[in-house]
Amino acid sequence: MTVLDFVRYHRHLKGTKIGCREGDCGACTVLVGELQQDKIHYQTMTCCLMPLSNARGKHIVTIEGINPPDDSLTPVQNAIVEENGTQCGFCTVGFVMSLTCYCLAKNGDTTEEAISAMDGNICRCTGYKSLERAANRITLLMNSHNGLESISFAIEKKIIPPYFSEMPLRLSAIASTNQPPIHHPMIVSGGTDLFVQRPDELKHADFLPVFDTYEMKKIRENDDYIEIGGSVTVTDLYHSPLLQSYFPRLHRHLKLVSSTPIRNMATVAGNLVNASPIGDLTIWFLALDATVVLQNGDLREVALKDFYQGYKIMDKTPDEIVEKIYFRKPSENAYFNFEKVSKRTSLDIATVNTAILLNFEAHVITDVHISAGGVAPIPLYLKNLSSCLSGKTLPFDEKTTQELDYILQSEISPISDVRGSKEYKRLLMRQLFHTHFQHLPYRS
Amino acid sequence: MINIDAHRHVRGESVYLDDIPLVENTLFACVFDSPVAHGMIDHIDISEALNSEGVVSIITAKDIPGENQIGGIVADESLLAEKHVDFQGMPIVLVIALTEELARAAASKIKVSITPLEIVTDARIAYQNGALIIPPKQFKLGDAPSAFASCAHVFEDRVDINGQEHLYIETQGAYCIPMEGGGLKVYSSTQGPTAVQRTVSRVTGIPMHRVEVDVSRIGGGFGGKEDQANAWAALCALGSVVTGKPVKYSLHRAEDMRMTGKRNPYSADYKIGLDKDLKIIAYEVVFFQNAGAAADLSPAVLERTLFHCTNSYFIPNVIATAYCCRTHLPPNTAFRGFGGPQGMFVIESAITNAAEKLNVHPSSIQEKNLIKKGDVFPYGQIAGREAVDTWAYADKYFSFNAIRKEVDEFNSKNLNIKKGVAVMPICFGISFTKTLMNQARALVHVYTDGSVGVSTGAVEMGQGVNTKMLQVAAQVFSLPLDMIKVHTTNTLRIANTSPSAASSTADLNGKATLMACEAILERLKTVALEELNSDGTNTDIEIKNGYVYHKNELTALDWKSLLNAAYTKRISLSEHAHYSTPGIHFDWHTAKGHPFAYHTYGTCVIVVTVDCLRGIYEVDYVKGVHDFGKSMNTSVDYGQIEGGIVQGIGWMTMEEVVYDAKGKLLSNALSTYKIPDIYSVPKIIDVIPLPVTDNNLGIYSSKAVGEPPLLYGIGAYFAIRDAIRAFNPNVSPKFDPPFTPEKVLMSLYSPTKKHSTAEKNDTLQIKT
Repeated sequence: MTVLDFVRYHRHLKGTKIGCREGDCGACTVLVGELQQDKIHYQTMTCCLMPLSNARGKHIVTIEGINPPDDSLTPVQNAIVEENGTQCGFCTVGFVMSLTCYCLAKNGDTTEEAISAMDGNICRCTGYKSLERAANRITLLMNSHNGLESISFAIEKKIIPPYFSEMPLRLSAIASTNQPPIHHPMIVSGGTDLFVQRPDELKHADFLPVFDTYEMKKIRENDDYIEIGGSVTVTDLYHSPLLQSYFPRLHRHLKLVSSTPIRNMATVAGNLVNASPIGDLTIWFLALDATVVLQNGDLREVALKDFYQGYKIMDKTPDEIVEKIYFRKPSENAYFNFEKVSKRTSLDIATVNTAILLNFEAHVITDVHISAGGVAPIPLYLKNLSSCLSGKTLPFDEKTTQELDYILQSEISPISDVRGSKEYKRLLMRQLFHTHFQHLPYRS
Repeated sequence: MINIDAHRHVRGESVYLDDIPLVENTLFACVFDSPVAHGMIDHIDISEALNSEGVVSIITAKDIPGENQIGGIVADESLLAEKHVDFQGMPIVLVIALTEELARAAASKIKVSITPLEIVTDARIAYQNGALIIPPKQFKLGDAPSAFASCAHVFEDRVDINGQEHLYIETQGAYCIPMEGGGLKVYSSTQGPTAVQRTVSRVTGIPMHRVEVDVSRIGGGFGGKEDQANAWAALCALGSVVTGKPVKYSLHRAEDMRMTGKRNPYSADYKIGLDKDLKIIAYEVVFFQNAGAAADLSPAVLERTLFHCTNSYFIPNVIATAYCCRTHLPPNTAFRGFGGPQGMFVIESAITNAAEKLNVHPSSIQEKNLIKKGDVFPYGQIAGREAVDTWAYADKYFSFNAIRKEVDEFNSKNLNIKKGVAVMPICFGISFTKTLMNQARALVHVYTDGSVGVSTGAVEMGQGVNTKMLQVAAQVFSLPLDMIKVHTTNTLRIANTSPSAASSTADLNGKATLMACEAILERLKTVALEELNSDGTNTDIEIKNGYVYHKNELTALDWKSLLNAAYTKRISLSEHAHYSTPGIHFDWHTAKGHPFAYHTYGTCVIVVTVDCLRGIYEVDYVKGVHDFGKSMNTSVDYGQIEGGIVQGIGWMTMEEVVYDAKGKLLSNALSTYKIPDIYSVPKIIDVIPLPVTDNNLGIYSSKAVGEPPLLYGIGAYFAIRDAIRAFNPNVSPKFDPPFTPEKVLMSLYSPTKKHSTAEKNDTLQIKT
């Protein structure tokens, strides 16, 4: 069962709405509070995709848990009302939850960040400009932050009710009492694609939840390597100081991956084993020439570029869990880039995506890995193009450009589908390949 | 004044269909719908489904007690397919089970064998096959065929306009509860409670007076619930009649997208003739409307396409013909603009095509041909001055030339990022084009404690109509807002309603509310004169802020005492008022008349930025002047402006409805059909009101604002086109919205651009 069905039909908390049941509209956005040491960290999640088992030991907050009891409004609710940010009202609660979560987050006091907190909420009526103005009002309020810890500040400003201060104690009382059972035919992590593809099947399915497996939630540095646990979410990657130090444009790249609530749920392992030919993280890690570590009691390692054997076919047995992934740290002057184009720039699945890791000395490319999604049945490591690029001088002359374009085009085999025709995907891939070289530091 | 629902909305306390507390014994419905777009049903096998857990009843067409017919304008649509299926998603079997999940599980076990027939998804092919739903419609003004001969320039082309999924965030649904004496109470997420009532009655055979339809509000409609809410209510009612139990059906998103129709796609051929001064002399256009498998509202949509085929321009010689073509897509239906946007897109394409060929800016042709006060539209109605006024004001405030210059300068400095600009004047006729529908009723009760209850035929769907109704009552009675309650829309209280559509809901129901309130007020004034022992007339009495004023003097008589005095005297404190728009008429034999109460006009300028490396784009701004009349609620009206613009931009850019050749919807989920998110909106929307002094037939001389702003979104298409041509001047993209990133990139690098592409790639790498 999903958290959505539980809150609406078992607890009769009807403020949380059903819009799409695929995490694409945000009408069912709730806050999920998780104890980290002695503090609670809150994130938004679209609870239509959230298995109830992933709520274990967490504070699930619906609008009913935020509403002031005297029929008054919180500052977030008030801002939306005052700025006319609600029309038919069906999506509104989702926006309230997202903006409220922005107020509880540790970082971010700009209107842009407040708006980005709402990047997973769709309003068809469409009150976005009003909601932007509401976000601006809330940002002004947050800027009056007096140094108080964020939960206390939010309680003082009546953004959330006072009972939130008791939650760490209440959660710690239940946190250790639940142990997940051991044997299961199916493994589910964030569930952000499984619950879209197979909702009816998963409703009563017996599965092993790995989303909260502590050991799999770590990002670690290890000599020359960086290790990322399978249950690390996209949001965890986003906030990792270690990754930020190696990938200066990490934030820009990861903002292209779905929306805030989905990034809060979607995991690295989920993205890899979903085996989608256009998985954003998969493309990202392919260009880092990463290695997958599989576990089913025994450990086994597979190079990510060898992991995919055909459409949705992987070098992985059903009982193997992607425990972690690791890759060599990019060298200091390596250049990494990720490009993605979709019908809608944000909150969309890629038509074509591609990543590159490039090393060069004195305008000569020494080592390069390039990957491409949406242009083959599997997420593609562009082996031929990568080896051809090696030794080439930057910028490319016309002959080299032609040669590279030729190799690129012969290495990909896109098909026409709802995301675009094969001709378009070929052209787009060419464009994105050349776009990779747009921001190279050698120009300075 | 803020929307009266806003407080409940932000607290999540507003009640929508799926939030209604369930009555004991409620059952749940699910349909098995056709997996084939066209074919003969050979056999329906329900045996496995019947044995499925929790199944209460499995219903097919033969179980329908009344008529198996839900077609409104034309009786051509079965509720449940009986002999043949006409589109993928057509309901065939209705499953009733103990839970929603069990109903879905049982439906998946139904097997139907269908002999396939030829599938047509293209309106032109349907036209060639003679598959027209109604006879062609035509508008004529002057003598277009001979006028072309005198034109200095004549251009012809073809336009293909895609549909649009409504994507109301609340899906379709209904909940039916059997009442004593064989009646039904139906909760429905509908824009048209009477349409639901009529359809339920037709299908069940229960007369309308025993069918109560109630609507609190709906979570978005946009036209999609004007007619297409009927089927789900009728199915629940059918389930209730068969089982004797309450039945609910709240559609899953995938079901909703697959089974319901969308904005009508159109294909069109046009010919436009201009004189040497760029005056449009003649315009000939043929529209092929893709109606889908049944008439639904398409014939009416078709009419509005003709009404708006010349947008805000005066063209002396026009011949416009429209064909309503039957295909095997789900029946297409109303969508904000109701065919008008498609008509306008074609004339704007014609103007842009002419401008490109003549190497002038489209705006120079647009401005020269704006319809002036006293000019005639092709259908005989005379225009006001606002087309010219809104253009002139917008140009004055925002300076189109300066914008053009800025864009040109930007483009000369940037190789791979280009801006584009378009001006979009709009004109939209306000009234249902079917004259009889322009009527409404309101029921107002004043209670002896001083509070007031208002019921109308208007359905609240976010457009703020209930807020406006409340404003009317509050203004007439001079009462604080919390003394007035606007009640649910209910067919027992208000009968024979027109749907909330055509932008006219506030006008029609507001006028009826005004009449009801004023009638009560007049009676109260007479009572007040008696109470004050005055020998004056009603005009000496005023009620302000809870007190009676006599000849502008405050008296001791307060609102509540006045009411009780009236009640004691056995004077009615209730009124049921009827309003019908005066002076409108239309004769389809001559295709002339005065169909609209008035027109809403406006002019906006749209600037976009196209990333020519990736083929993606952003809307920088939409700025302009809109004719609100005398807005009675600027908060609500600006919401409509901003929302309409963004919805229009979505239609023109990222929203792509995709069917395969077999009539299967491929863009069948929110993951494959993209509507604007918060990052897709224009960075700036700055729309200012046209200063007006004239009165009109709108409520308090305001002007309808529901549909018109969507039309500004059309400008985004032409602005993107402008930017593409700044990058690739030789390209002339097909006029076939939406301008998806795919079409943009393909146009940027279309074959004519091959050589310069190579140059671009060279420069691309050395650009700093």
